[in-house]
Amino acid sequence: MTIDMTQFHQVFFEESFEGLGVMESGLLDMDPGAVEAEEINAIFRAAHSIKGGSSTFGFQDIADFTHIMETLLDEMRDGRRPVTGEALEVLLRSVDVLREMLTAVSGGGALDGALVLSQQRELEEILNGKNPAATADDGIDVCTEPAGPAVDGWHVVFRPLPNMMRTGNDPLRIIRELAELGELEVKGDISLLPGFENFDPEECHLSWDLRLRTAVERAEIEEIFSWVEDECELAIMPLPVDGPATFPDVDQGMESSDVTPPQSASFKATPPSPERRAGSDRRQSDRRVKERRTAGTAPANSIRVDTKKIDSLINIVGELVITQSMLSMLGENFRIEMLERLRAGLGQMERHTRELQESVMQIRMLPISFTFSRFPRMVHDLSVQMGKKIELKLTGENTELDKTVIEKIGDPLVHLVRNSLDHGIETPAERIAVGKPEIGTVELNACHKGGGIVIEIRDDGRGLDPDRILAKAIEKGIVKAEDRLSEQQIYELIFQAGFSMAERVSDISGRGVGMDVVRRNINELGGSIEIESQLGRGSAIIIRLPLTLAILDGQTIAVGSEVYIIPLISIIESIQVQPEMVNLVAGRGEIFKLREEYLPIIRLHEVFCIEGARATGPTEGLLVVVEGEGRRCGILVDELIGQQQVVIKSLEANYERVDGISGATILGDGSVALILDIPGIMRLANAGPELRLLQRTA
Amino acid sequence: MDSDRVKYADDRHTRANQDEYLTFSLGTEEYGVDILRVSELRGWGAVTRIPNAPEYVKGVLNLRGNIVPVFDLRQRLGIPFRAYEKETVVIILRVVASMTEKNIGVVVDAVSDVLCATAAEIQPSPDFGARLKTDLINGMISANDKMVMLLDVDKLKNFSAIDSGMEGNAA
Repeated sequence: MTIDMTQFHQVFFEESFEGLGVMESGLLDMDPGAVEAEEINAIFRAAHSIKGGSSTFGFQDIADFTHIMETLLDEMRDGRRPVTGEALEVLLRSVDVLREMLTAVSGGGALDGALVLSQQRELEEILNGKNPAATADDGIDVCTEPAGPAVDGWHVVFRPLPNMMRTGNDPLRIIRELAELGELEVKGDISLLPGFENFDPEECHLSWDLRLRTAVERAEIEEIFSWVEDECELAIMPLPVDGPATFPDVDQGMESSDVTPPQSASFKATPPSPERRAGSDRRQSDRRVKERRTAGTAPANSIRVDTKKIDSLINIVGELVITQSMLSMLGENFRIEMLERLRAGLGQMERHTRELQESVMQIRMLPISFTFSRFPRMVHDLSVQMGKKIELKLTGENTELDKTVIEKIGDPLVHLVRNSLDHGIETPAERIAVGKPEIGTVELNACHKGGGIVIEIRDDGRGLDPDRILAKAIEKGIVKAEDRLSEQQIYELIFQAGFSMAERVSDISGRGVGMDVVRRNINELGGSIEIESQLGRGSAIIIRLPLTLAILDGQTIAVGSEVYIIPLISIIESIQVQPEMVNLVAGRGEIFKLREEYLPIIRLHEVFCIEGARATGPTEGLLVVVEGEGRRCGILVDELIGQQQVVIKSLEANYERVDGISGATILGDGSVALILDIPGIMRLANAGPELRLLQRTA
Repeated sequence: MDSDRVKYADDRHTRANQDEYLTFSLGTEEYGVDILRVSELRGWGAVTRIPNAPEYVKGVLNLRGNIVPVFDLRQRLGIPFRAYEKETVVIILRVVASMTEKNIGVVVDAVSDVLCATAAEIQPSPDFGARLKTDLINGMISANDKMVMLLDVDKLKNFSAIDSGMEGNAA
């Protein structure tokens, strides 16, 4: 039977990238001084499953590479090798290389073969070079020296753990397989056999001393044992010509690893550019890895769901089916006295349907840690690069958000965190000078608040300087010198396109998206962004997002015979205005006074050319006061119909984007209602009738 | 014209390599679309108007949970508008626009028949120059002494690039 392995590739890649994430965060958390065994274990497990998976799917280079990392980790885990900061750095870089290798095989482009080789060599150097003497005596170490020329076979010490056969592995089969590779000399060891009364046929107490005279590579022998690695003590040593099996000494191992780099076979090894040879600019390669990674995330559009969520879904469906059959039985011979039961049944049905809806929405929800997890690494790298001391605190990583929101919030967050690191936090010297602790803090916090999600990026850096921002804005002509702005309005200025506070364009800021793009992205998600700041004390960026993009709380409104939906989140209040509240500007622009504010009036029937509107003047209908992109206005409508949750459908799926409309939904009677895009309507209204007409015929 | 060059669908099994076309009328004119692009026929029903859309976009309807735009084909082609009545039909078509498949509805006066034709029987559309744009029509066939114009359904969807010549006719 042949199984098409490629069907599992996607899962393997997903799991491997997840594993890499685990390794990365584990390595970052590790403190060279005090290492918890469990920390290393977690990293080791991740590496091990990547190795197992990649050799199963035939990605031998990845398996080989991971194997070396694993060996290093294994020694650290057993305490045979001290955990040094240097080793951790090498491992971190290896994670990057590994990610690049995986991206390359998953179709994400060519791989820099030289980079892999140099990284592999670096790992081997650590493994061999500063090898503590402890390895030679216990004989259960997995050495990594590739076959040197003076070797004519392998000496394998194979000691299965008692439970090995329970996992379906048969030592006999392994030995037979070895025998096929060459001349095999087997010595069994029965010293560990228990007494007859304790004998369990499912346990293995034998161990073997195998001498294989063969020309095969070490990797081939390792592959035979790859399934049982965890369940045995294994040592593979080169067998010198005509000599007894001894362990190679350290110097020899170093030499041999230098002359025979395990060559990757399936990768397109591009010739290394001079600056990217061993010891090249690591930051550059880091960045490349990151870019590659973001590019590679697009095609995979699957979602991994907690089994619990599926189970609850199945439960509800079960309930629903029962209720449905009860109702249909009721309907078969219905009499009027059964009305009460019918009503109860329908109520139950409604409840289950709502639960079902909620559960299905739950499936789309992912914890925000998917986005947050990239920040520890980023902060680590950037703080080194900038020579600042920064501590990152993450809270609320388990807050769940819709998958689409998670995907789209990543880049804006990266930009904001970079800003905090670059502009917010001062250098250690500056901090000490103003009496702050040397280490700056950046907090990332996510939580549920009022039916939405709030994400805060808070730092204890220098904060925004309103005077400087204002000066800059006046210089750039964004505001006039005589304008008087509140502090909050000044902060808003940094969201203007073309506004940059960076006095010097650094590597970290001044690239990529600007704050205006950040705000636009967040607005597109139906969210809002605001700034709190205290000069010298720090600043905070607060992002509010809807829980999901698929469902929205809406206010249904009517104009003429048409029905529209205004997102409840953008509505401040609805009022009936008195004639004396309305004023004209230049005879045309209508504004009204709401408490201390003057707000423009937008007549929806004019903006949308709706015929038969009853309320043609501001005092005849209702004004819905709405807010979008920080601006407020009153929208004139005939009447409010009601509030309801609506499922958002895309207009673009079959048609195209419509100005002033963010989507559509289907009402209870099956008809379609359009959802208003408040900022879009404000733009439309400002454009004036001539422009609207132009758009119409364009 | 010779009528045995084109057969109707009843004897379609007798000839190979031929395509079928759903034909419909717009006033006195007869049009056809590739039947494989037709997903369903519906009677005309109320649609939700899209504000500030071109005249020929009648609105959107709910097609089993999908929001589908409906175009008036008369207005799209520049034929004077006629009020909808009992026979008015909406043909739901699958069109390919920028690599994605979309559904659109077109309003026609009435559906006529299903027509079979091989590629050889399709004649190129006539060239009227700047006077009349015919790029929506990608061929003509004759059946029962009647000329049927074949519509390029994928081009129907080019909302933004409406050819101004037709708009002029419609006005």
